[in-house]
Amino acid sequence: MTDTVLNSTRHPRRRGWTWLWVVPPVLLVALFAGASIGETHIPFSVIFQTLGNKLFDAGFPVDRIDMGIVWNYRISRAIVAACCGAALALSGVVLQALLRNALADPYLLGISAGASTGAVAVTVAGLGAGAVSLSTGAFCGATLAFVLVAALARAAGGGAGLHAAGVIILAGIAGSQLFNALTAFVLAKSANAEQARGIMFWLLGSLSGVRWEDVWLAVPAALLSIAVCLWHIRALDAFTFGADSAASLGISVRKVQILLIGIAALATAVMVSMVGSIGFVGLVIPHAMRFIVGTRHRVLVPASALAGAIFLIASDIISRVIIPGQVLPIGVITALVGAPAFALILLRGKVSR
Amino acid sequence: MILRTEKAGWATRSVPIVQDVDLEVRDGEMLGLIGPNGSGKSTLLRLLSGIRRPTSGQVLLNGEPLTGMPQRRIAQHIALVEQQSDTGDRITVRDAVELGRTPWLSALHPHSARDDTLVDKALADVDMQGFADRYWHTLSGGERQRVHIARALAQQPQVLLLDEPTNHLDIHHQLSILALVASLPVTSVVALHDLNQALECDRLAVMESGRLTCIGTPDAVLTPDRLRESFAVQGRFLTDPSDGSRILRLQRAL
Ligand SMILES: Nc1ncnc2c1ncn2[C@@H]1O[C@H](COP(=O)(O)OP(=O)(O)O)[C@@H](O)[C@H]1O
Ligand SMILES: [Mg+2]
Repeated sequence: MTDTVLNSTRHPRRRGWTWLWVVPPVLLVALFAGASIGETHIPFSVIFQTLGNKLFDAGFPVDRIDMGIVWNYRISRAIVAACCGAALALSGVVLQALLRNALADPYLLGISAGASTGAVAVTVAGLGAGAVSLSTGAFCGATLAFVLVAALARAAGGGAGLHAAGVIILAGIAGSQLFNALTAFVLAKSANAEQARGIMFWLLGSLSGVRWEDVWLAVPAALLSIAVCLWHIRALDAFTFGADSAASLGISVRKVQILLIGIAALATAVMVSMVGSIGFVGLVIPHAMRFIVGTRHRVLVPASALAGAIFLIASDIISRVIIPGQVLPIGVITALVGAPAFALILLRGKVSR
Repeated sequence: MILRTEKAGWATRSVPIVQDVDLEVRDGEMLGLIGPNGSGKSTLLRLLSGIRRPTSGQVLLNGEPLTGMPQRRIAQHIALVEQQSDTGDRITVRDAVELGRTPWLSALHPHSARDDTLVDKALADVDMQGFADRYWHTLSGGERQRVHIARALAQQPQVLLLDEPTNHLDIHHQLSILALVASLPVTSVVALHDLNQALECDRLAVMESGRLTCIGTPDAVLTPDRLRESFAVQGRFLTDPSDGSRILRLQRAL
């Protein structure tokens, strides 16, 4: 069966971009499902009416509480979940392609470790004297960690080849370890049990705190990373045989690496600072999509963005309904689904690298 | 004279790997690059292809220095087949050859039917038409090498740089690849190990410890003295009685 799938996608360019029409309806259905399913089930008709009322002042008679749940919580939450999923999956695609490493994921560059340090610096150590929010602290920490990792990689790096990719990965490991140690240090020194538990939950990822303000940050970040990746599909393909080969095919390797890795890091930092470091999306979705649609980025980029969005919306729904009356961290769900899925792909021997 | 170096050199951590190379590749010729292992052939080819910037001197394409020229424009003129480059991605042979069209395509000029034709032609040139839908990881070393060459041909370069292209090939395909390169209407620089194959080139350049020590016709270059000094072998020309062509018989120098 797999072979038929791969055969039919062998020359995706022959089919042009026309298949992209599936993206909006699928995404819309997923968003509606995200708004509908939960502790209180809300029928699609109510969601339509709520949207009508809010967007066009349609004046449908809708229960105020239902309308509040749909508009204030669920829709914004589903949109942010979709944006996070798309951005994390694309960051994974970019890093795996450019660093030529199957294990590369968005947190490789120290971003999640830096975000956690920023978060504890604000919430536990009291940096910023209450004027700085947890998200801002996490974003600053993530950015700082990435800048340090990138600077270390640059100082230690040689050329643009495989060696340079290895250096980036090692610098990322060093940076992650350092920032994880800082987080542990702050937690051990001054956190009480309650704070430590709160931070642990935040680290596993949660969409509970998401509101409309977050949407206005998540949507541009996701759209930017989708647009930049689509603009660079040919460059991403050109790295198939490594950075030197990409250079001989006319790619400005340094420029492309800085731009794409920078955008991947920025989008990841935005998402992490909003919802914590949700694992497995950035690692598993790109591999799963390569398995299904092939390795050409023309198809892989849109497919991964869409699959990442749907995967996170679905995981968020599951995290809300699986234990009645309780919301699990979404990272627990993505790992519980992602790890076996990844194992399955590996066992089938079809993993792309 | 389309590709030329002026005192070109490349050093890493101030260890010179290639130094003071003055080389002029003539239009339409097939220039063989020979020399012992580690003499700097691959490094020189990287300098010529523009993927390494020289740390001293310069490389000029049609009189213009490569440094400062956009990578894309270089790739529209020069294609490089590296000694070893591999991938773990599940791509087909056709996908791999299509990569050669990269420097000619952009978001506004996507892959067209003409590109398909060029890819098909490149595959036919290296005798791999039947392999278009095969996956890369199912190919033998020699087949992969031929696909790499097809990718370089799909790039439609003026200058084709090949780093030991016959390495993994069986003898039939070694000879057909060299015959193919010789017959193509492109200028080529080919690093070679087999000195008998080097005899087929228009000119030969000898690299020794990072320096270009000699350049000229095969006859002028492959003299017994030089073979002894540069390669540590004894060489004598024998004549094939059937067609009068010459063979270089090589023995370890005593
Ligand atoms: N990036 C590098 N760093 C350090 N040494 C190098 C590098 N590239 C090549 N060398 C060294 O330079 C010499 C020439 O290498 P190369 O150009 O590959 O020779 P050839 O292709 O003639 O066998 C070798 O001794 C090799 O070890
Ligand atoms: Mg070599």
